[in-house]
Amino acid sequence: MAAVASTAPTTAAPPSRPVARLRSSALGIVAWLAGLAFVAPLLWMVLTSFHSEADAATNPPSLTAPLTLDSYREFFGLNGGASPWPPLINSMTASVVSTLLTLLLAIPAAYALSIRPVKKWTDVLFFFLSTKMLPLVAGLLPIYLFAKNTGLLDNIWALVILYTAMNLPIAVWMMQSFLAEVPVAIIEAAQIDGARLPTVLGRVVAPIALPGIAATALICFIFSWNELLFARVLTGVVAETAPVFLTGFITSQGLFLAKVCAASFVISLPVLAAGFAAQDKLVQGLSLGAVK
Amino acid sequence: MRAWATRAPLLPALVFMIVVTQLPFVATLVISFFDWNALYPDDRSFTGFSNYGDVLGDAALRKSIWTTILLTVTVVLVSLLLGLLLALLLDRRFRGRAAVRTMLIAPFLLVPVAAALLWKHVLFNPEYGLFNGILNAIGGDGAAQPDWISEMPLMAVEAALIWQWTPFMMLILLAGLQSRDPQLIEAARMDGASDWKVFVHITLPHLRRYLELGVLLGSIYIVQNFDAVFTITSGGLGTANLPYTIYQTFYQAHENGLASAAGVIVVIGSIILATFALRVVSSLFREEVSR
Repeated sequence: MAAVASTAPTTAAPPSRPVARLRSSALGIVAWLAGLAFVAPLLWMVLTSFHSEADAATNPPSLTAPLTLDSYREFFGLNGGASPWPPLINSMTASVVSTLLTLLLAIPAAYALSIRPVKKWTDVLFFFLSTKMLPLVAGLLPIYLFAKNTGLLDNIWALVILYTAMNLPIAVWMMQSFLAEVPVAIIEAAQIDGARLPTVLGRVVAPIALPGIAATALICFIFSWNELLFARVLTGVVAETAPVFLTGFITSQGLFLAKVCAASFVISLPVLAAGFAAQDKLVQGLSLGAVK
Repeated sequence: MRAWATRAPLLPALVFMIVVTQLPFVATLVISFFDWNALYPDDRSFTGFSNYGDVLGDAALRKSIWTTILLTVTVVLVSLLLGLLLALLLDRRFRGRAAVRTMLIAPFLLVPVAAALLWKHVLFNPEYGLFNGILNAIGGDGAAQPDWISEMPLMAVEAALIWQWTPFMMLILLAGLQSRDPQLIEAARMDGASDWKVFVHITLPHLRRYLELGVLLGSIYIVQNFDAVFTITSGGLGTANLPYTIYQTFYQAHENGLASAAGVIVVIGSIILATFALRVVSSLFREEVSR
């Protein structure tokens, strides 16, 4: 039973008996196999993206086919066809601007919930969290009608505003937990020394909170970049985002596997990069700050 | 005055979020009481609860409620179980642990549409997908070559989602395992407790709230899933869940009143889930604060 044996705490001394050592390395191998199984579809996608369309569509699959950049040339529109740059730039705009706005709103709010807390601050915190649990899809229609009547349809700013609101609860929760780690004694000491509030914030709080701000930003970025439903409903030709661009590959178009793989990989790259950079804080963001 | 100075930094975030995300729910609630097809805007009229009657009476819409439940329960439970096994495997020292952890997280870091496309075209394709390719390579000429998506549409969607959500569960449960008290376990071992006893009497009770958290947060995210259903089956073959149905009812059928009634039903379901979720988060949170 793998589950039983693996409960040994990581801090335990290495097993000395040969049987235990054998079991331990066997479980290490099982873990490696599981890891490889999970990452295999992704690796296969990357490999396929470097194959020619003909090699990508063989059965059985061709592992050792020659590598080519053809599908990347095709994807970036070098052989004619739609250029992916406008959607990529739209996604970048929506994600980066909304992330900055989220931080701008979340950091002061988190300050008022941790360093100088308002009364009943836990209630406020839980109100933020509860809004995240209601499915935004239920507000889709009024938001669509509002955008339509105000000329915000097919406008990237509609998504910027929505994504900012969508990520605010997570950002407030994460920032609150990071700012709560700043020792109050340090702040008081600085104030006794005559430092004014902006100086305290810039010189004392910011250096301690900076890794947390970075992690929060990365997670907001990922959620905005990934979003499909609102982008699909609210954008058209001009403000189309990268995930909406990807939906163009939903129906099969002859031999196009290598191109699908290249497009999926390129569009996922920013998320893969942000996710691996924020790996240690990922769970905190995803669990809305409940788990550290 | 001082109280307002303390509250001031909070207000912009609070106001912004309420206006953008909470007011639309109120509007949805109001629209749900109207008979309103966007193609006939002049025929808008108040109909009371008749939209709710239509939603619950419509076989397709009723089915999408059932599909949502089935999809959510399957994906959450299977990824929770796999996530638990993986977390237990990772909660030990072995060579390359960090690398394996990174490999396991990777599926979660694919754009959801990209992941769904990968499963739909690259893995499930009946003629040259990887799965049938592997079956062919192993089984030779007589190998089965199923058309995965047509033969088991809901399972196809579930498989793609389980692949993406197992890392999420693993991360939460791994955090839970690593927050156990090592001294307690050592003491139990000193007293001669077996691995199984330690697991049942110390690890599982400690993990309980992390398991609950995984189930609830997973449910909240999966209930809202649109990307996988939209991409893999386009809601066909009986895989339309409520978010997809709402999207289709208003975006393609232009039935604003019906879509809103369906939206309100989703909100009610989510509130029930959220009540439990908030309780779990709050108990973990109070523990952290009091620490």
